[in-house]
Amino acid sequence: MNRLLKTRELWLALGILAVIVLVTLRFPRFSQPGNLLTIFNDTSILMMLALGQMAVILTRSIDLSMASNLALTGMIVAMINAAAPGVPIPLLIAGSVVIGSALGAFNGILVWKLDIPPIVVTLGTLTIFRGLVFVISGGAWVNAAQMSQEFIQLQRGTFIGLPILSWFAIVVATLVYLLMTRTAAGRAFYAIGVNPTAAVYTGINVGRTKFLAFVLAGAIAGLCGYLWISRYVIASVEVAGGYELTIVAACVIGGVSIAGGIGTVAGALLGALFLGVVNNALPVIGVSPFWQMAISGAAILIAVVLNGRSERTKGRIILKKAEAA
Amino acid sequence: MTDTTATGRHLPDRLDNPVKSAVLSWESLLVLVALAIFIANSFASPYFLNEWSLSDMTFNFTEKALIALAMALVIITGEIDLSVASIIALASTMMGLALQAGADTPVLVAVGIGVGVLCGAFNGFLITGLKLPSIVVTIGTMSLFRGIAYIVLGDQSFKGYPASFSWFGQGYVFWVISFELVLFLVCAFIFYVVLHHTNFGRRVFAIGNNATAARFSGVRVDRIKFVLFCLTGLMSGIAAVLLTARLGSTRPSIAEGFELEAVTMVVLGGVSILGGSGTIIGVVLAALIMGLVTFGLGLLNVPGIVMSIFIGSLLIVVIALPILFRMWRQRKA
Amino acid sequence: MTEPILTLTGISKSFPGVRALHNVSLELFPGQVTALIGENGAGKSTLVKTMTGIYQPDEGEIRVKGQVVTLPTAISATHAGITAIHQETVLFDELSVAENIYLGHAPRNRFGMIDWKTMKNEAQKTLDSMAAGIDAGTPLKELGIAKKHLVAVARALSVDAQVVIMDEPTAALSQKEIEELYVLVELLKADGKAILFISHKFDEIYRICDRFTVFRDGEMVGKGFIKETPENEIVKLMVGRSVDHIFPARTATIGETVLEVKGLSHPTEFEDISFEVRKGEILGFYGLVGAGRSEVMQAVFGMTQIASGTMVLGGQTIAPKSAADAVEAGIVYVPEERGKQGVITGEPIFKNVSLPSIDKTSARGFIRMAEEFALARTYTERLDLRASSLSQNVSTLSGGNQQKVVIAKWLATLPKVIILDEPTKGIDIGSKAAVHEFMGELVSQGLSVIMVSSELPEILGMSDRVVVMREGHIIETLENKNLQPETLVRLAAGIAKEKAA
Repeated sequence: MNRLLKTRELWLALGILAVIVLVTLRFPRFSQPGNLLTIFNDTSILMMLALGQMAVILTRSIDLSMASNLALTGMIVAMINAAAPGVPIPLLIAGSVVIGSALGAFNGILVWKLDIPPIVVTLGTLTIFRGLVFVISGGAWVNAAQMSQEFIQLQRGTFIGLPILSWFAIVVATLVYLLMTRTAAGRAFYAIGVNPTAAVYTGINVGRTKFLAFVLAGAIAGLCGYLWISRYVIASVEVAGGYELTIVAACVIGGVSIAGGIGTVAGALLGALFLGVVNNALPVIGVSPFWQMAISGAAILIAVVLNGRSERTKGRIILKKAEAA
Repeated sequence: MTDTTATGRHLPDRLDNPVKSAVLSWESLLVLVALAIFIANSFASPYFLNEWSLSDMTFNFTEKALIALAMALVIITGEIDLSVASIIALASTMMGLALQAGADTPVLVAVGIGVGVLCGAFNGFLITGLKLPSIVVTIGTMSLFRGIAYIVLGDQSFKGYPASFSWFGQGYVFWVISFELVLFLVCAFIFYVVLHHTNFGRRVFAIGNNATAARFSGVRVDRIKFVLFCLTGLMSGIAAVLLTARLGSTRPSIAEGFELEAVTMVVLGGVSILGGSGTIIGVVLAALIMGLVTFGLGLLNVPGIVMSIFIGSLLIVVIALPILFRMWRQRKA
Repeated sequence: MTEPILTLTGISKSFPGVRALHNVSLELFPGQVTALIGENGAGKSTLVKTMTGIYQPDEGEIRVKGQVVTLPTAISATHAGITAIHQETVLFDELSVAENIYLGHAPRNRFGMIDWKTMKNEAQKTLDSMAAGIDAGTPLKELGIAKKHLVAVARALSVDAQVVIMDEPTAALSQKEIEELYVLVELLKADGKAILFISHKFDEIYRICDRFTVFRDGEMVGKGFIKETPENEIVKLMVGRSVDHIFPARTATIGETVLEVKGLSHPTEFEDISFEVRKGEILGFYGLVGAGRSEVMQAVFGMTQIASGTMVLGGQTIAPKSAADAVEAGIVYVPEERGKQGVITGEPIFKNVSLPSIDKTSARGFIRMAEEFALARTYTERLDLRASSLSQNVSTLSGGNQQKVVIAKWLATLPKVIILDEPTKGIDIGSKAAVHEFMGELVSQGLSVIMVSSELPEILGMSDRVVVMREGHIIETLENKNLQPETLVRLAAGIAKEKAA
C-alpha cells in the first residue's frame, strides 16, 4: 500500500479525477458517461502514440519523427484508398503498420548501425518524412469525397458500446503492456535505459534493442496514420504538424523519465488522458481553445518539476538518527 | 597512443601538425560542400550570380543563424534549447502589444530583446536552479511561450509597425549589405572570440566534456549554463526584432520550426550533440550552406517543403558519412 | 590432479595502437580460486572482457572442459557457463532484485511470457540459500553496495555458471562486508566452481586464493601456487623488478594551524566534525568505507552545503558555497572518483591542468596559449608525468598518470590546503610510490595535506596525526607515534558490534 501511494500513476489519476470533478461541479454534463467515453475516444490516438514514444524514451532515445511518420503513412494509405477503393480496409490497416514500421526501422538502423544520436536522426527524418508527404501528393489533399465509405466508417462503428477507435487503443495498450512486462524484449528496453553497460554484460544487444523500440514506435505511428486520416477525413502535408512534441509531452506528464529506464504503460496512458481531459474541458468551461498550448506547456513543466523531485539522487545517509527519521 | 610507449620528462606542447589537422577538419569539408553547392547553383540558374540575388540569399539564414550561434554554446555544454522559436513568438507578440500601447521603435526593440532575455532566464532557472533536464524543460516552455502568444492573439495578428522599425529587417547598411547580415557577422565574430579565445569559452568546453569534473575543478557550472540560456534568449529576442521587422506583422505561428533548423545548423556545423566539441566557424559555414541550398532550390522553383527533405538528408548524410568511412577503413585494416 | 574447466591458450588482442594481450594463457580449476594479479594496464580487464564475450580475441583459443568454444556475444559466454561479477556493480537500480538475478534468462510460462511468480520464488530460494537476508521483491536501488554484490553472486548462481570471475569485488566494501564475501567465495568453491579473483590487495589474495597468474604489459609472466610463493616474489613478477614499498621519511617541520574546522554538521551525512590541520602536516582520515570521510571533505571543499559549523583558514572565516569558492580561498580536493570527478576526459592534459588557474594564465579573460602550456609543463614535469605531449588526451593515460594530472592541476593554483581522497586507490605500485614521495615534498614546502585513506599502511606510513571516523562522527584524533594498526581498526569498526541497517 505504501508503495502504491508513492507511484506517480496514482497521483496522476487523482489529478485527472480532480479536473473532472472540478469541471463537473460547474457543468454536470461533463462527467456523463457518454462524454467521458468521447474524451477517451478523442484521446485514443495520442495514447497509442505515447506508448510508442515511451518504448523509445525508455531506451534513452527519442523519436521526433513520429508525427511525420503518421502524416506520411496516412497520406500513402489515403492515396491508395482514393486510387483503388476496392483494396480491403483491413489490408490497408496492415499496410499502414508495415509502412510505419519500415520508416521506424530506418530511424532504428541509423541509430543501431551508425550509432548516430537518436535526436539527430529523428530531427532529420522529421523533415524528410514530411517532405515526402508533399512529394508523393504533389501538395494536393485527399478529402472525404475521395475516400471510400468503409475507409471512413470503420473506426466509427461500435463494439460493446465502444467505438472501434477506442478498441484499437485498448488492444494496442494491452499488447504493449504484455510486451513491456512479460517479454525479454520489453524488459530489455528497461534494462538498457537503467544501465546500458550492465545490459551488455547481461547479453542484451543495446543497438538492436533500440532498433526494436524505433520499429515499435514506427508501427504505432503508421497505424495511427490511418486512424488519424480516417478520423479527420483529410490527408494533407500539415497533418499532425508539431504533434511530435505533444506525444513527448504526454510521456513526460505520465512520468516517463527522459533519462531512460523509468516509465509504465499506465503512466503514458494517463499522461495522454490528462491532456485529453484538459483539452475537452476547456470549451466546456468557456475558455478559448487557444489556451490549450499554454496549458499543456505548463502541465509539462509541473510534471517535470514533480518528477525531478522524486528522481533526485540522494546522498548517502550515514547518521544513525537520520536513518531512523 | 598510450602513455606506456612514451618516455617522460620533457613534454612537447603537441605532436600533430596544426596545418595538417586544419586541412583534415570538419570545417574544410563544409567549405568544400558550400563551394560545390555554390557552383551548382550558378550553373542551375542564371539569376544566381547577381549581387542582389546573393544578398537576398542571406535573409534565408541570418535570423536562424543568430540563434544557432548561442545554441552552439548551449549544445557544447551538453544541453539543448528547443524553446527558441517560441521565444520569438512571445517576444514578437509583446512587441505587438507595446506597439498598440503606442511604443516607438527604441521601446519596441527593448521589449523584444527584454522578453527574450527573460524567457531565457526562466529556462535557465528551471534547468540550473531546479536541476531539470533541459530537453524536457524547453519542450515545456516551447508550448508555454507560444501558448501565451496564442492566448493573446488567437487567430488575429499585429500589423502596422513603423518604418523606422522595419529597417532592422529590411534595411541595408550600404550597397547590398543588409543590416541583418552585418549584425550576424558581428555576432559571429564575437561568439568566435568568446568560445575559442576566452576563459569563458574554455569553461564551456570543460562543462560539455565532464560537467562533474568541471564543477570539482572550481568551474561555476550552473552559473555558466544559466548565462548561456539567457544568451540564447537574448539572441532569440534579437531574432524576433529582425523577423518581426522583416515580415511587418506578428502572428502566433511566427518562426514555427526555427528551433529544429537552428539545431540542424549547429549539428551540421560539427558541434557534437553530446557536448564537448564544436566550432563557431563550422556553425557559420553550416548556416551558409543551408541558406545556399534553400535559395538555390528556390531559384529552381522547388517548393520549400521539398527543400526540407534536402536539409534533413544533409543532416543525416554529413554525420553518417564520416562514420561509414571510418567503418570502411576499419574493415579494410 | 584435476582437469581445468576453462583453458585459455595463446590469446592475443590488439586495439589500434595498443597491444592489450599477447599470447597469454590461463587455466581455471574447479573448486579453486585463481588470483589474477597485475598492475593497472597489464591487460586484466581485457582478458575478462575476452572471457565474457565482450571482446573477440585476435588469436588463440578458449576451451571449456576441453571443448573449443567461441564467445561472440555476452550471452554465449553465459551459455558456456562463464559469468562475471564486476568492479562496479553492473546491475539495474530501477529493477527488482528478482529481475536483476534473472534478466536474460527469466523463466517463461507456456505462452512464452515471463513467469514473474516462478522467477520471484526461485530468486528468493537462491538468496535464502546464501543467507543473504534480501527480499527478492525489493527494488535494487534500496540496497547498499554489499547487498548488491550478494545479488550479483546470486545471479552467478542462477545461471549455473561453472566459472565465476570476480573483478575487484572488495574495492567498495567495508571490512565486515569483505568478511561476508569471503564466506560466499568459500560457498562457491565448495560448489565446485572455478573462480578467477582479481585484486590489488595481497592480504586477501593470500587469504582466499589457491593459485595465481601474473600479467605484465599484456603478457603472462608467471603462475603458481599461492602457498608456495612469498609475496615479494609475486610483486617482483608484477613490476619486473623488486619493490620494497618504503614510505618517505617525514622531514617537514610542523608549524601553526592553517585550517580549523569546528562543529561541522550535515542533516544526514555527518555531525559535529571538528579538526585542525597545521602547516607542513599530513592529517590522515581513517575509517571504514561509508564512514562519512569523503562527505566531510566535499563539504570543506564547498561541494555540499553544511547545516552548521565554521571553518577558519589562515585566520579568516570562510564559508565556501561551491568548489570555486574553496579554490579561491586556497583549499583544493583530489577526489576519489578520478574518472568522474577528477579529470576532464576528452580534453588534453594542458587544458585539464590549466582549468582552475585559467584566470592567471589569461589576460583580461582572453586565453594566452604560451602561458598555459608553460604552466602545464611546469607542474606536470615536476610530477614526472608520463605522456607523449601536453596535448595528449587525458583519457588515454593510465590511472596513475591521470592522478598526476589532477594533482598538477591543483598545485598550479598554489593552494594552502590540499585534500587527497584515496590518492592511490586503483593505481599501480610505481605511481603509488611517486604519489607518496610527492606528498612528502608538498608538506616540506609548507603545504597542509589532508589524506583520506582506507589503506592502513598508507595511513600509518604517511600521516602525522590520524583522525578516525565512524558513522558520520569523529571517534578519535591520534598522534601517529607507535600507533598500532589494531587500534585504528578497533576504533573504526566500533567496539560494540551493531548490525548495519
